[in-house]
Amino acid sequence: MTVVREPLWDDAPRTKMQGVVRHLASFVSTLGFAAHLLTESVAFFPSVLCRRQSRAELVNQLYITGIRTLPVVTVVSLFTGMILALQVGLELRRFNQEIYLGAAVMISLIREMGPFSCGMCLAACVGSSIAAELGTMKVNDEVAALEIMSISPVRFLASPRILALVLMAPLLGFFCCVVGTMGGGIVGVTQLGVYFEQYMASALSVAETKDLFVGLLKSLMFGVIIGTVAVEEGFSTALGATGVGRSTQRSVIVSFLLILMFGYMITRVCYQ
Amino acid sequence: MSLIAFENVVKKFNGFPVLDGLSFSMEKGEVMALVGPSGTGKSVTLKHLVRLLTPTSGRVVVDGVDVASCSDRELEKIRSRVGYLFQGGALLAWMTVAENVALPLRECTNLSQHEIDEKVAAALAAVELTAAAEKYPAEISGGMQKRAGLARAIVRESDIVLYDEPTSGLDPVTSVTINTLIRKLNRTLGITSLVVTHDLSGALAIADRILLIKNGKAVECSTPAEFVKSTNPDAREFLAAMKGETI
Repeated sequence: MTVVREPLWDDAPRTKMQGVVRHLASFVSTLGFAAHLLTESVAFFPSVLCRRQSRAELVNQLYITGIRTLPVVTVVSLFTGMILALQVGLELRRFNQEIYLGAAVMISLIREMGPFSCGMCLAACVGSSIAAELGTMKVNDEVAALEIMSISPVRFLASPRILALVLMAPLLGFFCCVVGTMGGGIVGVTQLGVYFEQYMASALSVAETKDLFVGLLKSLMFGVIIGTVAVEEGFSTALGATGVGRSTQRSVIVSFLLILMFGYMITRVCYQ
Repeated sequence: MSLIAFENVVKKFNGFPVLDGLSFSMEKGEVMALVGPSGTGKSVTLKHLVRLLTPTSGRVVVDGVDVASCSDRELEKIRSRVGYLFQGGALLAWMTVAENVALPLRECTNLSQHEIDEKVAAALAAVELTAAAEKYPAEISGGMQKRAGLARAIVRESDIVLYDEPTSGLDPVTSVTINTLIRKLNRTLGITSLVVTHDLSGALAIADRILLIKNGKAVECSTPAEFVKSTNPDAREFLAAMKGETI
């Protein structure tokens, strides 16, 4: 597929209605482009794994996605668990039910807050970086140069980045749940007077395999969303440095919104 | 049959015609310099040849194939025959100069590492960048980046090379080196070259024909000797402006 795209129209809209119709058509075209990008990137996954050069790039992207975001993910998930435990724990204490603190924190984290906070961190740290990097390459003609050399920018640039997010997002989502549960435990023990063994027993008693799989599915979907949105925004960048800033911002905003929407939809499908 | 032909090409951006009925043709092995004021569509013309842009109307034909409407496979064939030097070099920032030059060979050919190394060394020597082979683009000057881009454009030994301002931002000595190289590549390998330039003296030295574009139209197309003597008012105006610049 051709990544360097021209505007859909050569002329300015003549009427307001024509402008609105064109906006709608551009939106549909962008959706189509993103879907095409994702499909082709997935089709290139085997090539990324088989070629030595592409594997090296994949390892680099795994490092950027997984290792470099670890400090942020750790802090965010730790405090998410601590806040959850404090809010829920104070309410439970009113009814002398602090022993269920672990269960409440674990359910919230594994089903929703773990994948969600992980998705937010990845969108902010990795998605924005991908959009900015590819956007800069686009405005500097590097993407066009690749196309002219018959090197697919999708295989060379998009596929390793999306694959790294797809592989790392579930791992980081699980890591978020573990760290968040520990954070909740710290608050439970130090501020709510819950024994750690009691907290963990309560937490593990409610954790079901289904919850774990749904949480991992959500993280995986969020990885796909963040990667696709970032790559699409990067490849659609125009208008120099201003355009790069705009693409980076849009990549984060669109990823956040889609994470919320898909999070709700997966919950609805899996738990209703 | 011409190797490259623009047939009444119109290209509009937001309703404004940047190319407005541009027509010209090039023969195999020819060097043509594309000159004209800034914003008249010279770089846009180059981009049409590799379908980075498509015409609003008219046809761009390369070796008998309509570039705008051909299949992706045909386009890939055309692109494999074309080397393209971008204004800023368009080097990948995370690769060294040598890796950048080797990229099209590594990704698109079955050459051995030894053969690739030899070709890269030859291309870098041709643009006098052997010493900077292991440096990253951010560690070299803009002129050196442009020369590295040129090495990458010629390393595949394409039969068509498109140069987008190959000498802008370079010192006079390096400009002469680059112009000499363009001419040498044409003489020794028969490379057809389309050179967008503001360097009129360079254009006069290397080109078989000079095409002057104004307001998206070809207003003069002649040999360098004819161009300097042209009575065309647009050509006279352009030449006068260039002389004024050099005084």
